[in-house]
Amino acid sequence: MSKVLIATKINGEAHEFACEPSASLLDALRDDLRLTGTKEGCGSGDCGACTVTLDGEMVCACLVLAPEVAGRQVGTVEGIAEDGALHPLQAKFLEHAALQCGFCTPGFLVAAKNLLDRNPDPSEHEVRFWLAGNLCRCTGYDKIVRAVLDAAAELRQERAGA
Amino acid sequence: MTTATYHAPASLSEALGLLAAHPGAQVLAGGTDLIVQVRAGRAAPSAFIDIKTIAGLTGVRRSGEGFAIGAATPCTALLKDAALCAAWPGVVEAANLIGSVQVRNRATMGGNLCNASPAADSVPALIAAGATCLIAGPQGEREVAVTDLPQGPGRVALQPGELIVELRLPARPMGGGDAYLRGIPRSEMDIAVAGAGVALVLGADGLCTAARVALGAVAPTALLVPEAGAALVGTRIDDAALTRMAAAAQAACKPIDDKRGTAVYRIHMAGVLARRAALIARDRAENNA
Repeated sequence: MSKVLIATKINGEAHEFACEPSASLLDALRDDLRLTGTKEGCGSGDCGACTVTLDGEMVCACLVLAPEVAGRQVGTVEGIAEDGALHPLQAKFLEHAALQCGFCTPGFLVAAKNLLDRNPDPSEHEVRFWLAGNLCRCTGYDKIVRAVLDAAAELRQERAGA
Repeated sequence: MTTATYHAPASLSEALGLLAAHPGAQVLAGGTDLIVQVRAGRAAPSAFIDIKTIAGLTGVRRSGEGFAIGAATPCTALLKDAALCAAWPGVVEAANLIGSVQVRNRATMGGNLCNASPAADSVPALIAAGATCLIAGPQGEREVAVTDLPQGPGRVALQPGELIVELRLPARPMGGGDAYLRGIPRSEMDIAVAGAGVALVLGADGLCTAARVALGAVAPTALLVPEAGAALVGTRIDDAALTRMAAAAQAACKPIDDKRGTAVYRIHMAGVLARRAALIARDRAENNA
């Protein structure tokens, strides 16, 4: 099978890659573009470890065919820190010890940022439901939820001060 | 994973041409079922025909007095249409119980129907609402009631080369209300053990003039239960009517035992959920009177 050439934007930068037509976006990111921050957990849309954004909406990269992203905007965990400085969500995950093995963390960060981008002041209930598609087998979720709520509070303060 | 080719047609006629030219091709909408099946070796399409690139197959639009939902519209997109949410909240809620946000941003209304899971959440809600689907194929277009499409687990009444273009919902009747509820052991990310959709109409005197009750996950396909709807008509949806309705719903169930629930539990839950959904639909109907 001949490969197809795909032109897309990832974290705001133009990229081109060649892939099998039935390859997943996850495989393209990890194997062709060497963006290995996005993890493969279940490969069936159940765990959320491969969460990325596609034109601003979060999706499981394992359930997107790579050719589908031609001409579109993909956002991955590599795009969350700015100029080498951790995003407040990342800093709060560290501060609250919201990770142990860390495998689920990129998916949680992308999903949590997607929530805070549209709702700067979510309730704990909203955070828990928004993150229901991200599984963590280490922390028990509480620290993750607290880190997201704390990061939201810090981002609100930053905005109020700006 | 496979040697399948990928096609992104720009028009419905192009998509139908591709389906005709590629025997063994499968329509790709959200991919949340199809890609999983391909990875698991349960499907091996020769080509993916992506219908999300076709104008008119994504999004909600007014159609006469009612609504047309493009077959490739993701579940979360329904939430952005205020008129649809106000008219058919049960349908919108049912579609937004499926999977996670990540899944609902991709999973489509047409896909939930065509995957033909007996436990598909949007299907009983659509059946209760009296939805139809517009099908296009080599012989032209035809309109089929949603209730007539599923034929069994994984099987729908589509002919080779056909695809669903849109789902059509009528205008909400004056005094109408709908609701869908499902039972799962946890609060998110699970598949219905039983589900119930109810749409009903209350007259000016508060008496129910029409009611449709549909059940999911209690038979090989979602079920429309006319006897359950009939038990509500002419009543004020009082306790006695709800008890008769729930009994009729339970009598229609033909569930299996599996890891999600026993047949006995599913039958019990179908009655409980139908009763609760009818009460929500009644409250909504009273607010729409």
